[in-house]
Amino acid sequence: MRSISFALFFGFIVFLVGSRDPAFAQTPPASDREELARLRSDLEALRGEYAERIAALEQRLSALQAAAPTAPPSPAPSAPAAPEAQVPPGAAGAGGPTGALPVYGGVTAASKVFNPDIAVVGDFLGAAGDGAGSTQPSLSFHEAEASFQAIVDPYARADFFLTFGPDEVGVEEAYVTFPAVPGGLLTKIGKMRTAFGKVDGMHNHTLPWTDRPLVTDNLVGGEEGLADSGISIARLIPNPWFFLEATAQVYAGDSAVFQSPERSDLAYLGHLRGYQDLSESTNLDLGGSIAYGHNDSGPDSTTRLLGVDATFRYRPLRRAIYRQLLARTELVWSRREQPSGMQNSFGTYFELDYKFARRWIAGARFDYSGRADDASIKDKGGSLLLTWWPSEFSQIRAQYRHTRYGEGGTANELLFQFLFSIGAHGAHPF
Amino acid sequence: MRSPFFRSAAALALVAAMASPVPAAINVVTTTEDLASITREVGGDRVKVEAIAKGYQDPHFVEAKPSFILKLHNADLLVAVGRELEVGWLPPLIQQSRNAKIQPGADGYLDASLTARILEIPTGQITRAMGDVHPLGNPHYWLDPGNGRRIAQAIEAKLARMSPGDTGTFAARYADFDRRLKEAEARWDAAMAPYRGLKIVTYHRSWPNFCERFGLDVIGYVEPRPGIPPSPSHTIELIQEMKRQGVKIVLVEPYFDLKTPNSIARETGAKVVVLAPSVGGEKEITDYIRLFDYDVNLVVSAIEETGGK
Repeated sequence: MRSISFALFFGFIVFLVGSRDPAFAQTPPASDREELARLRSDLEALRGEYAERIAALEQRLSALQAAAPTAPPSPAPSAPAAPEAQVPPGAAGAGGPTGALPVYGGVTAASKVFNPDIAVVGDFLGAAGDGAGSTQPSLSFHEAEASFQAIVDPYARADFFLTFGPDEVGVEEAYVTFPAVPGGLLTKIGKMRTAFGKVDGMHNHTLPWTDRPLVTDNLVGGEEGLADSGISIARLIPNPWFFLEATAQVYAGDSAVFQSPERSDLAYLGHLRGYQDLSESTNLDLGGSIAYGHNDSGPDSTTRLLGVDATFRYRPLRRAIYRQLLARTELVWSRREQPSGMQNSFGTYFELDYKFARRWIAGARFDYSGRADDASIKDKGGSLLLTWWPSEFSQIRAQYRHTRYGEGGTANELLFQFLFSIGAHGAHPF
Repeated sequence: MRSPFFRSAAALALVAAMASPVPAAINVVTTTEDLASITREVGGDRVKVEAIAKGYQDPHFVEAKPSFILKLHNADLLVAVGRELEVGWLPPLIQQSRNAKIQPGADGYLDASLTARILEIPTGQITRAMGDVHPLGNPHYWLDPGNGRRIAQAIEAKLARMSPGDTGTFAARYADFDRRLKEAEARWDAAMAPYRGLKIVTYHRSWPNFCERFGLDVIGYVEPRPGIPPSPSHTIELIQEMKRQGVKIVLVEPYFDLKTPNSIARETGAKVVVLAPSVGGEKEITDYIRLFDYDVNLVVSAIEETGGK
C-alpha cells in the first residue's frame, strides 16, 4: 500500500514539473496542433450558438415584462445583490430589528446586526426676561443625550444613557435589567434614576416642561435627582382588583440629596404603585415613595423623603392622536437633620397637560416648595406652556414662568426649548 | 393511620391526578384584534385569547398601560404584528411583564410577520425626511387574506408545538378556517372584480396589501408623508391630481380626523369611506372574515354610489 501511494505521489510530482517545462509546452507535435484548431473552431461554434439562444431568451423576457406592467416592482436589478443577515426572530419586540438587513463590507460584518439601538437627543434651551438672579444663559445647548440599548443575552438587556453638556460628560443611566428573574422580580443593576415619584425617573427630554418643578429643585435633587449606583428589584403584587407594584432600591448614597460618609451607610428607597383603568380611555395612577439616607451636613445627619403622586389620564382611543389630557400632582415631605436643627419642608406641584390637536399640547403648572436646608424659606410659582410637535422626532416648546422666591425677588421668564432626536425609535413615555 | 388502604388510596389519587390532567387552555395575548381573531379560529377552546390594542385605535400609538403588563404577566404566548408597528409601546410592556416565556427569542414569542408577504420593504437609503417610514416594510400586512392564511399557519404550528396533544384539533380548525376563507375570498373577488384598476386615495399607507389583493390603484395619500399630518399645499396638490385622474374614493382609517378628507371630497366630488383596518374597528366586525366582508361591501357600495368606474 505504502509503496503504491509513494509511486503515485512521485508520478504526480513528475507530472507537475513536466507540465511546467516551457520547452515541452511550446513545441506540440503536428497532430496536436490540428486537434487544437479543431477544438477552437468547435468552441467558436458553441459560443455563437449560445449568443443566439441568450438573445432569444432576452427577447422573450422583455416581451413578458411588457405584457405584465402591473407586476410589483422588483428591487433595482442594476445593483448587485447585497449580502443579507437574518436578525434573530423576536428581536423587534425589544426594540431591535427584524427580517433581513443589508450588511456592509465583508461577510464578517454580519456581527453589526448585534449593534445596540443608538439614538441621540439634542436639548437646546433659551431664556428671556427677568430671572431674579437665575443663572440660566439666554441661549444654551443644554445637553445631548446618547442612548445605547440592546439585549445582552437570553437573560438580560442593557441600557446606557450618556449625557454631553457644554463642558461635561456624564453617565445619566447605565444599567442591566433582568426581566425574568424567578419570583417575578424585575431586577436592575447599575446607575439609575430612581423610582421616587414620577419626575425623578424622567429624562429631561420626556418632561412636559423645559425645567423641573420647584419641589424637585428644592427637595429632590433637581435635574440630577436621586440618581445613583445601586440595585433595584420590583415585584407585582397579585390581587384581583388592580395593578400593584412594589419596588425596593438600594443605592451607594452618592447623589444630589444623599451623601454617605461611610461605605456601610447606604441610601434606601421604596415605592408602591397602584394603577387602575377607570374606562378604556381613562385611568388613575397612584404612588407612594419613601427614601432614606445620610446627607452631607454632618456624620450622623440623615434625610428622609416621603412622596405621594397621583395621575389621571384621559385618552379617547378613536381620537387618541388628537386629544389627550393628563392631570398630575406630587407631594413631597422632607425631614433633613442638620446641625442647625431638623428641617421639615413640604413641596408640591400640580400640572395639567391637554393635547388639543395632533401637534399641539397646552399645559399649566402650579409650584410650591420649602427649601430642604431651611424650611422657613418658601418658593412659589406658576407656568404656562405651549408645545408644538413637527413630528414624533422633534419638539418646540415655550414656557412662561413666574416665580416668587422666599427671600424676596420675583422672576418673570420666557423659556424656550428645542428638542430633536435621531436614530432608533424609542418607546413612547407613559 | 398508615394502613395499606390509606396508602393505596393516596397512591390512586396521585395516579389519577397525573393521568387525567385537565389541560389548561393556552393563555395567548396578541397585540391586535386581528391576530386575536385568527388565534381563536385556530385554537378554539384550547386557547384563551386577549388583544391589547382595540380595532378602532391607531396601532402605532398604543399607551403602555400597566394593565397590559398584567395581561402579559400571565401569557403563555404573545403574538405580535412585528415590522416595528409596536416599537413605541410593546418593548417596555414585555420587559416589565416578568414573564420569561414571552421575552423576544423565547418560545412564547411569535412575530406573525416572519412568514407573511411584506410589501414596501425599502431597498435604498431611507431617512426620516420621508416621514415615519417603517424600515422593515409595511406593517399593515394582515389586510390581505392571503397573509391571514399565512398568519394562521404560523399560529397553528406554534400552538401545536406548545400543546402537542391538540395537534389534530388545531390542524382541523385551521383546515376549516382555510376553507371558509377560500369561500369568502371567492365572494370578495367576485364583488371587486368589476373595479380592478380603480384609482383611489388613502389617508395613511395602511392599505397596500388590501389594494394589491383587490386590484385598487392608490395614486396618493392625504398625509404628505407617513405619520406627518396633512398640509395645505399637499392637500391642494392632491385635489388637483384627483381631479386630473378622476379619483372618487378616499379611504380613511377610523382613528384619523375627517376634516381634511371631507374638504378634499367636497372639492373633488369624491366619497370619504371610513374603512376598518382591524377586527373590532366597528361593532359588527367580530372576526377576521367579517373584517373583509365589511370593508369590501363598503368599498363596492361607495364605488357604485360615485358612478361605477
